[in-house]
Amino acid sequence: MADGDTQVPQLDDPLQIPCIKPGAMEGLQPFLASPEHNKALGFPEELVPDWKEKALAKMAELAEKNRAFQVYLDICVKCGACTDKCHYFLGTADPKNMPVARQDLLRSVYRRYFTFAGKYFPWLVGARDLTKEVLDEWYSYYHQCSECRRCSVFCPYGIDTAEITMAARDILDAVGYGMKYSNEIIGKVHDVGNNLGLNPKALRATLEDLEEDIEDETGVTVRIPIDEQGADILLVTPSADFFAEPHIDGLIGYAKVFHQAGVSWTLSSYASEAANFGLFIGNYENMRLVSQRIRKAAKDLGVKRIIFGECGHAWRVAYSFLNTLAGPWDFLDPNYPVPQHILEFTWNEIQQGNLTFDKSQNDHMTLTFHDSCNVARGSRMGDMPGGQFEIPRNVIKAVCNNYVDMDRDTTHESTLCCGGGGGLLTDDLMDLRIKGASPRMTALQQTTEEHGVTHLAAICAICKTQFSKVMPKYGYDMDSIVSVHQLVSNAIILDGQETEEDATA
Amino acid sequence: MLSTIYALLFYVATILIVVGVALKVRKYAVTPAPLKIPTTPAPITTGGVVLRMLREVIFFESLFKSNKWIWLFGWTFHMALWLVIIRHLRYTIPGTTPFWLDFLQPFGKYAGFAMVLGLAGLWARRFLVDRVRYISSPSDHLILALLLAIGLSGLTMKFVAHTDILAVKAFMSGLWTFQINRLPTDPFILIHLALVITLMIVFPISKLLHAPGVFFSPSRNQVDNPREQRHIAPWAAELEK
Ligand code: HEM
Ligand code: SF4
Ligand code: SF4
Repeated sequence: MADGDTQVPQLDDPLQIPCIKPGAMEGLQPFLASPEHNKALGFPEELVPDWKEKALAKMAELAEKNRAFQVYLDICVKCGACTDKCHYFLGTADPKNMPVARQDLLRSVYRRYFTFAGKYFPWLVGARDLTKEVLDEWYSYYHQCSECRRCSVFCPYGIDTAEITMAARDILDAVGYGMKYSNEIIGKVHDVGNNLGLNPKALRATLEDLEEDIEDETGVTVRIPIDEQGADILLVTPSADFFAEPHIDGLIGYAKVFHQAGVSWTLSSYASEAANFGLFIGNYENMRLVSQRIRKAAKDLGVKRIIFGECGHAWRVAYSFLNTLAGPWDFLDPNYPVPQHILEFTWNEIQQGNLTFDKSQNDHMTLTFHDSCNVARGSRMGDMPGGQFEIPRNVIKAVCNNYVDMDRDTTHESTLCCGGGGGLLTDDLMDLRIKGASPRMTALQQTTEEHGVTHLAAICAICKTQFSKVMPKYGYDMDSIVSVHQLVSNAIILDGQETEEDATA
Repeated sequence: MLSTIYALLFYVATILIVVGVALKVRKYAVTPAPLKIPTTPAPITTGGVVLRMLREVIFFESLFKSNKWIWLFGWTFHMALWLVIIRHLRYTIPGTTPFWLDFLQPFGKYAGFAMVLGLAGLWARRFLVDRVRYISSPSDHLILALLLAIGLSGLTMKFVAHTDILAVKAFMSGLWTFQINRLPTDPFILIHLALVITLMIVFPISKLLHAPGVFFSPSRNQVDNPREQRHIAPWAAELEK
């Protein structure tokens, strides 16, 4: 469906619960991965003839290898507490987008083949055979979940539908029924080193242009080094930071902070991507291979620390999984956590008093902050639980005068997904992306009405791209979404920088 | 004759629930969690995780944040259930009861009503709320019906049609030493015990596994310390060779 056809949902309240509309999103499917893409990732090229046996075998394998999958399939009591927690349900009203119903698409098959009750009394426990229709239903609805974990916060047992979605996608890939968007991108990372397929030469040219822009703007030479042997810090950032708006303004912000802090740092053309779509397809092996690139880059360049740029799921993989997937990091400087988030670095420099700001540079905006789901519910920053909420807000408040939060039920651990996460940031799912964004957009509209909020700040490459695309549907300009380090970049005063006061004095 | 059948059924049901739950618990315990996936913000120490878990199982903390009605009915039902179970020890342990059990008696007596009300509320939701109706299978209704029937048959004996409770106690406590004493034959005690036996049998093959399972949920029982401590599953360590 082209995005022009989408009925943009009108909600009175961000968390308004719709009456269920069975079948509302039936049949919505992203494009299938092509044979080459599947092959490159080690999956069958297309749907294998014995897909049923293979799918069940994979399901059994995952139940052996992953406790979450096994336990979550067994213990859901169908209490219904999660039913109104998914932004895709709130935005589409399709009951299969209720977290428990989404899990049940797979649980019903698990019960049929792997539990006593489902084998002998399938009708009693809602168990069903694995048929091609079921497989297609999986393909459809497991690509209507952004793996945001909001449901997991509210389930009395922490059942995380994202884990079931990842397992389902892993099963689909195992039978040659994967999706184009994610698989194509992972292939590019394996081949070239980043999601965009930017080669080192093009990357270097882009960075040089950026250095010139900064110099033109500030009169100060700020470097954006790449592949610099012996630098202290390796910065790994989403490749969208190299060319997309508003991401690129964030990259300029990191460069200015590093410059002002006086540290030596570098990007790597080999590991020129923080994103790790292996997470989205729930495939441990691919996620591990992508992560290993960072280990190799860190070793080859001889760095002492690793810092990640603004990206939500990348930070989850980095913070929560990198030690598992690519550690141990005993060859790096033990005085710093591995890895660190750029906001941890910037906030630390601010606290040390190493940065000076002219906050009025952001006075044309009134800001609010969108907690990205993977950062909020799958990671941490700083030393204390919840640092992932405080540190970004602290940094924003240090560089802006006008800041307000959105409704507390839609921020922090209860944050609403942007609608484009988890491997759904593709045009073939635009209808879903627009509808799924409606709870977040409604919360934003409330702050606009009540507090005159003009801009939304985010720390995730996917959120930024998604918002710049869908915000116009909700009455905002596409540049109403800003990077947090873009705000830092606006306000920071570099040593030797010509400020407006200098010019007028 | 009837006493013997009930006695045998109790033994079979006990074996099934004990062995069934033990096998499941072993499965949960040996299956590795390959990645650190606590739902954050999460405790950063083991002590913190113990507290988080206690808050979940004692207060149903997440459920409280989630839905006040389900919490009200669900929490009432569960807490009443525990009181009722404790109260029943009086009928199942041989000899005189310890003083704390006697102390709990009056509370247990009214807990039966709370349990039934909680269950009725939960069941009503399965009809009244369109989302919950959509996700309910026959088994979800039946388990509530079963528990409700246990509660109602029990309350009937307590407040309406008394049974010979001393004989029941003799029968139940005799089972520990493989003595089959005579069980009263009034319908309510027979129904009540048959339903309890059914509950014990379905426990390990149904969603009642949530009781042991909740302790194995990685999103709730993991410590948030991935940068400090490397976490790796045995099968994943193999990939590194
Ligand atoms: C560690 C012990 C237990 C914990 C932490 C626990 C927790 C919960 C929670 C949080 C719910 C969801 C809310 C609700 O619907 O009530 C639930 C549901 C349920 N529990 Fe438990 N439970 C435990 C033990 C038991 C036991 C021993 C039984 C029965 C013998 C039981 C029977 C049920 C039933 C039938 C439901 C579903 C209620 C419905 O249909 O809505 N639970 N439990
Ligand atoms: S909240 Fe948890 S237990 Fe309740 S229906 Fe949802 S997934 Fe199942
Ligand atoms: S993980 Fe997020 S998108 Fe997926 S079912 Fe849960 S709330 Fe919905």
